[in-house]
Amino acid sequence: MQADGKRETVQLSLPLDREQLRELRAGDACTLTGALYTLRDAGHMRLLAEMDGRGCDELPYGLCGQAIFYAGPTPSAAGRPFGAIGPTTASRMDFAAPRLHDAGIAATIGKGVRSEAVRQACMRNASVYFVTVGGAAAYLAKCVTAEETLAYDDLGTEALRRVEVKDFPVFVGIDTLGNDVYDLA
Amino acid sequence: MESAVEAALLELAFDLPADIEKGLRAALEREANPRAAEALRLLVENARIAREDRVAICQDTGSVWVCLEIGPDVMVQGDVLDGVNAAVARAYDVGRLRKSLVRDALFDRANTGDNTPAFSEIHTSPREGARLHVMCKGGGSDNASRVLMLTPSAGKQGIVDAVLTCVREKAANACPPLVIGVGIGATFDKVAGLAKMALMRPLDVPAEDERTAAFEEELLRAVNETGIGAAALGGVTTALGVRVKTAPCHIAALPLAINMGCSAMRRKTYEL
Repeated sequence: MQADGKRETVQLSLPLDREQLRELRAGDACTLTGALYTLRDAGHMRLLAEMDGRGCDELPYGLCGQAIFYAGPTPSAAGRPFGAIGPTTASRMDFAAPRLHDAGIAATIGKGVRSEAVRQACMRNASVYFVTVGGAAAYLAKCVTAEETLAYDDLGTEALRRVEVKDFPVFVGIDTLGNDVYDLA
Repeated sequence: MESAVEAALLELAFDLPADIEKGLRAALEREANPRAAEALRLLVENARIAREDRVAICQDTGSVWVCLEIGPDVMVQGDVLDGVNAAVARAYDVGRLRKSLVRDALFDRANTGDNTPAFSEIHTSPREGARLHVMCKGGGSDNASRVLMLTPSAGKQGIVDAVLTCVREKAANACPPLVIGVGIGATFDKVAGLAKMALMRPLDVPAEDERTAAFEEELLRAVNETGIGAAALGGVTTALGVRVKTAPCHIAALPLAINMGCSAMRRKTYEL
């Protein structure tokens, strides 16, 4: 805690430590370092269909315990893996998030308000929703050090990618107690 | 036409319009909320990185809208807009921009692979000469938009209430600080176009009609009093500006369209 009462920026490593997640509170500023997994609209439909097809809720592609970043990047540019990468509206993935949290996704990263079902899923699983600043995608792309496409390449920007980030800035959107950063505003 | 559109798209992708960047800087200076101030700091820094490194301001490089406005002294051929899609395909390839369009909204959601088609139209105008209006519109802010058919008795207060409801429900998804385009009048199909055209007027150009200018100020004040703030993390700047465009309408009608623009409001009008 700083002198002005503001909590200091929390540095988090990926994959996330569940015990550390419990200490976070909505509104806390954090940085993420390690591997994120990008997935958005069409990719979520594919992923759920794959899980349906196998008749189990085991996450493929090594996603268990990982963090999903709702993002569709631009191609590489300026010598960086992506020219720009930033959050898309998280509520469009509300249809899938509770099931994915129950299956082991530790965190999601996006922008905007989530449904009550997602809030409950965060509390039930000690998972977290992080928000990051929409429109700051050239800035955020400078935090990306490497990327690799894992699946759904035909979806273009909506493919499942493993993205290595360093000091990627986020705020805690929904904490493990169900507090919501947008209720603080 | 093709080269003008291509050049416009590459400018808009990398160079945040000066009025928007100025608005973000002013918002940062007056922001006391630490989270919102940090969001604004990132957005100002983001504009610099995009401009200097020639990378996209936002990963959502948008759907392209091109509106050719022609005055009474201008004659064009019916196929004048045929080159627009080729210009979009080239600009999105050369500029390493994101391809965000699918072939059909319902029956074939395969990515078209080159960000085409553009949504293009020709407007006639009493003003002489020709102008090209270009906008690259992000999906998140467009999704936060709406059309409402109000009743005439709803009046100004009904419009203020509807804008505030839309902002309260959707601002967090639309990447604030917002630029809000408000169309009032015409018919169900045309009012959304009014709201979109309203977004074309830069923040430092006041409305010609004094009543419109005053109503824009009233709406902006009300929107910023919500306290939603930059990135919806709280604070005093939820919107950088509100732009209103009104039109005649039916005696039974008060059509209203709210077209949300994000903090990367990429649009510009070029004199041809």
